[in-house]
Amino acid sequence: MRSRWSYVYFVFYLLLGFVLLFLNNNVSKAVITLMNVIIILVPLIGTIFGVMYYYNSKEFTGLLLAQPVKRSSIFLGQYLGVALSLSMSLIIGLGIPFLFYGIFRSDAIWDFSLLLITGTFLTLIFTALSFNIALNNENRIKGFGYAILLWLFMAVIYDGFFLMSLMIFEDYPLDTFSLTATMFNPIDLSRVLILLKLDISALMGYTGALFQKFFGTTFGVILSLSVLILWVLIPAWLIKMKSSRKDF
Amino acid sequence: MIEIKNIHKRFGKNEVLQGVDLTIGENRILAVLGPNGSGKTTLIKSILGMVIPNKGDIFLEGKSIKKDWKYRSTIDYLPQIANFPHNLTVQELIRMIKDLRRSRKANEAPLIELFKLQPFLNKKLGNLSGGTKQKVNILLTFMFDSPIVILDEPTSGLDPISLIRLKELIASEKEKGKTIIITSHIMSFVEEVADELVFLLEGKIYFEGTIAALKEKTQQPDFEHAIASILAKSYD
Repeated sequence: MRSRWSYVYFVFYLLLGFVLLFLNNNVSKAVITLMNVIIILVPLIGTIFGVMYYYNSKEFTGLLLAQPVKRSSIFLGQYLGVALSLSMSLIIGLGIPFLFYGIFRSDAIWDFSLLLITGTFLTLIFTALSFNIALNNENRIKGFGYAILLWLFMAVIYDGFFLMSLMIFEDYPLDTFSLTATMFNPIDLSRVLILLKLDISALMGYTGALFQKFFGTTFGVILSLSVLILWVLIPAWLIKMKSSRKDF
Repeated sequence: MIEIKNIHKRFGKNEVLQGVDLTIGENRILAVLGPNGSGKTTLIKSILGMVIPNKGDIFLEGKSIKKDWKYRSTIDYLPQIANFPHNLTVQELIRMIKDLRRSRKANEAPLIELFKLQPFLNKKLGNLSGGTKQKVNILLTFMFDSPIVILDEPTSGLDPISLIRLKELIASEKEKGKTIIITSHIMSFVEEVADELVFLLEGKIYFEGTIAALKEKTQQPDFEHAIASILAKSYD
């Protein structure tokens, strides 16, 4: 079940990569288009596959729980199994077309690697979040609903609130606020990271300049990567905690 | 030896176990009885560590099972509802469970023979009938030679011949000096196989002892009526 869908996912990225390169005929432009796809799609797929896999393998989990296996290794193993196979599909699926196109000879190699790194982070983050949702909801329909809501919130609604608050409080200095708000949403954080690396931040006006000042520095990059790592580690730790206390 | 000390378990507002104390000695067959929802399965799952009690502790050979998982290699467990992954074949499932318990030697061949499971070995578990699934379930439980065997409703869905085979199997396992815990609603089955019984009622142990003692206590001539008289009291 899991493997079949990760092949589909892999082929999808393979096709997407080839089509984008063919249409744009330019690595850098293709990277930008890809970013827009990845930022929205990767979290969605991570979320859905996470809940789907958890509920589908429930019977199997029950079987494992009575065996001499540590609980945390059952659940963290399942989580890593899903998240890593999705990440592999992403990396290999996009890697092949770009390799063919000669990514190593292009100067977009770093932008492209950053794209893959953030894509992997987003997969790890959203699969972990969806596992938490599934662990906390016995009811599949509810679990799916919450998972989709989470994705919708992070990908769309959060930005809405963010922009709205920027408009309402435009008379105040918003530097720290907007930086902090970005940190609390892994999708925004990844987007900002990639955009700044692509050096098109001038398009974003004053905030862009501010972000450039912050994220452009080594400190900014290290901080945002650490925040992404925290976004992986905290939900993964929650999976471990919740699963060790849950009754089956 | 299994010692259960003052186990409490609550699911929401529903207090399933309210202070169960029980010591299960070696080389005997103990039946856990009780009406639906009296906490039989919860008690069994607590021993397995699948349900974590709110209060109390369980000791296996004097060692607490809290935060431990290695002890499960000494227990063979037959779950009540055989929920297997649908897309695996019987053979694959057997191999996988053997891999999981790699430290132990499994002996599935005589059991496949006993329950005539050869024709199903390469069939997917999702396509098996309820009774066949239960046979696979029994096979997976008994193929390891662990000192403790826990059977939750082992008779469900079995045909009469398989039922006889199961009884023989249980008897021969007891011969090896194992501790066997069984829950069942089939009173004739319990009467035939069990040495001792524990009757759970509303989360507490209502009766503990031999079948003869139970008949004496309830002053009923046969086992089925003795159980029924307790149940009738609980329904009042």
